[in-house]
Amino acid sequence: MSPAEPASHPPVTYLDHAATTPMRPEAVEAMLPMLTERYANPSGAHRMARDANRAIDEARDELAGLLGCAPGDVVFTSGGTESDNLAVFGARRAGVGPTYETVVCAATEHHAVLDPVLALAGRTVGVHPSGRLDLDELVAVLDAEAAAFAAGEGPGVRLVSVMLVNNEVGTVQPLAEIAAIVRQHASDAVLHTDAVQGFCALDLAAVADPADLVTISAHKFGGPKGLGVLVARPSVVLAPRQVGGSQERARRPGTPDVAGIVATVVAARLTADERSGEVERLGRLRERLVSGLLAAVDDLTETGIGGGDARAERVDRVPGIAHLGIGGVESEALLFLLEREGVFASAASSCSSGAMEASHVLTAMGVDDDRAKGALRLSLGWASTDADVDRALAVIPPAVEQLRRFAL
Amino acid sequence: MPMQVLVAMSGGVDSSVAAAMLRDEGHEVVGVTLKLWGGESDSGCCSVSDVDDARRVAQQLGIEHLVFNFGDDFTQHVVEPYVRDHAAGLTPNPCIECNRHLKFDRLLTRALALGFDAVATGHHARVTPTGPHGGPRLARAADAAKDQSYVLHMLSAEQLARVLLPIGDLTKLEVRARAAALGLRTAAKPDSQDVCFITRAGGGRETFLGARIALRPARLVDTTGATVGSVDAVELVTVGQRRGLGLAGDGSARFALSVDVESAVVVVGPEADLRRPVTPVRDVTWVDDEARGFVLDEKVSRLMAQVSAHGSPLAVAEVTSADGAGVLDVTWVEAPRRVAPGQSLVFYDDDDVVLGGGIVCG
Repeated sequence: MSPAEPASHPPVTYLDHAATTPMRPEAVEAMLPMLTERYANPSGAHRMARDANRAIDEARDELAGLLGCAPGDVVFTSGGTESDNLAVFGARRAGVGPTYETVVCAATEHHAVLDPVLALAGRTVGVHPSGRLDLDELVAVLDAEAAAFAAGEGPGVRLVSVMLVNNEVGTVQPLAEIAAIVRQHASDAVLHTDAVQGFCALDLAAVADPADLVTISAHKFGGPKGLGVLVARPSVVLAPRQVGGSQERARRPGTPDVAGIVATVVAARLTADERSGEVERLGRLRERLVSGLLAAVDDLTETGIGGGDARAERVDRVPGIAHLGIGGVESEALLFLLEREGVFASAASSCSSGAMEASHVLTAMGVDDDRAKGALRLSLGWASTDADVDRALAVIPPAVEQLRRFAL
Repeated sequence: MPMQVLVAMSGGVDSSVAAAMLRDEGHEVVGVTLKLWGGESDSGCCSVSDVDDARRVAQQLGIEHLVFNFGDDFTQHVVEPYVRDHAAGLTPNPCIECNRHLKFDRLLTRALALGFDAVATGHHARVTPTGPHGGPRLARAADAAKDQSYVLHMLSAEQLARVLLPIGDLTKLEVRARAAALGLRTAAKPDSQDVCFITRAGGGRETFLGARIALRPARLVDTTGATVGSVDAVELVTVGQRRGLGLAGDGSARFALSVDVESAVVVVGPEADLRRPVTPVRDVTWVDDEARGFVLDEKVSRLMAQVSAHGSPLAVAEVTSADGAGVLDVTWVEAPRRVAPGQSLVFYDDDDVVLGGGIVCG
């Protein structure tokens, strides 16, 4: 008997696309020849190497077009975390001196940005209850740093990092406004945005244009895990985090993942081609999901949505993420009941052991502890269907009801 | 009849084998590891290697494995009381509080809410149908040297009806042999020692407590009141303690007879002065009403009590209600050494079946 196979599993309803989304079959297919026939190391000098290198060149050109940058701005990495680290630790504005050292980010950043910022003793900026960055506080922080710098008492701001779309609650930040503030109040700093959750819903060529550095991650849009990109525009000088080769113009040495790069671009192309239709389709699915749950479950709220017109406020959210706070239940318990019914979701924040940790994002948004304990993130992607929503609406209300019966 | 069982898997050999046995009996088994304590060096995450072991064993057994984060409850119900008790000069047993509040309250409640029929653990003890009307009672393990009924004494018959202790009929050697036969990676893993949230690498008990409460030096006095020495931390002295008082080599052995944290004085004296005919206990729990009646009303000669996790049970002469506040006076047949306040006293019927227990308070 094969291990871990209970007698019967219910059909899978996958509502965790923000954690990862299945690979596009076309992307899988594109990988295979690079693993089996065109397997040479692209750094080599022979024809097979040139062939592999050509695959990367073509992929880089196409991705640059999709991201609105020059091919030379595209740095392939091992994923979103590496891209974020590379930006926060290593990026500075081209043409300015090495004085500037302070890094600043939103309090709701992914740990891949937040932890490097904290490691550099940087500063965090708070958010409104909606999850949107407190722009007044950003101005105040940048001005305080500028004043300290002018007085010879501080190193000045080197980098500001604000994620385009929050991975837990889906809030979209006003990047153009943030960029204008950074230009005005920290003109020698660079602006980085972690757009890992943004690519599916937003045309980054337009939306992320104000940022000097942009992170994306392939497995969030149907590419393979272990493949990320950092866009580093000519306004940026990037110090590598590792040395040992000249690949990616020595900004990220190491033999490139040719198959992953090729697959990533295929997935990116499909995602971009289908984007406007998908935004509308997933928006409808989420609307049905959220309003269905709001109607069926008492004491359930959409996180960060105030008392006003919820539909209007959701404009600042990506369509793929619905984040709910459910009173009187605990995420760990709820997720297990959902899993037993074949519904796979998340509470958005977990550590390497699988244990759930309090979410710093919800804390920063001022979500109260009781609501944060009952957090549920349902996220949709290219493979999501109406049947998934139907199943979620059938399974979640009775699961909540069951847990509440046992609540003390 | 097959049940749905949630097995608490610590990453040790006992709970690994418990899970395997239940699986082999045909139950639908899910394993769970509790994240209870992060530890200072661990950036708020779990004791990852134990979780790894539990997860890998579950994978080998072909059962699902979950991690529940009960860190807040553990801090509130186990760690903070442990620190408070030491600050008050008591000698707490945190394993008992963890069983009381975490494994058989928080976890059991969640298990039932999730639709499980029972919670199982890898404790060495047995659930037997020897209570009234065939109801469950807790009995000592087959392996007397490994028996853990003492730390499970707070389980009521109601709880016991939802608790499975599959390895209680096995000796430790048999448990390890089964683990080895199944090829489980925990087969040769050493038994856990001491208090799980205090590590030797982290500096031990003194460092742990010193980071949370001010440890104060104390005078050692003899029974006449004469100062005979000193210790660095009164909060670390346990009644009955002999070693570590700095009194070795001056003739007859002397023990800590009493600890007064407030005035920072420890009275020391010979073993004879340590013997007490009566031990008061508070916060007594009973496995069921019959057990309570058995101890308080019938005063049968089979009654025994155990006052430490690895101690021997002693014969009890009688148990009387000392006051209206629920304190019981346990009168011994032969006066034992004084039990450190804060330790648990557990009543046994004929040195086998647990009847109840409480916390020593004088």
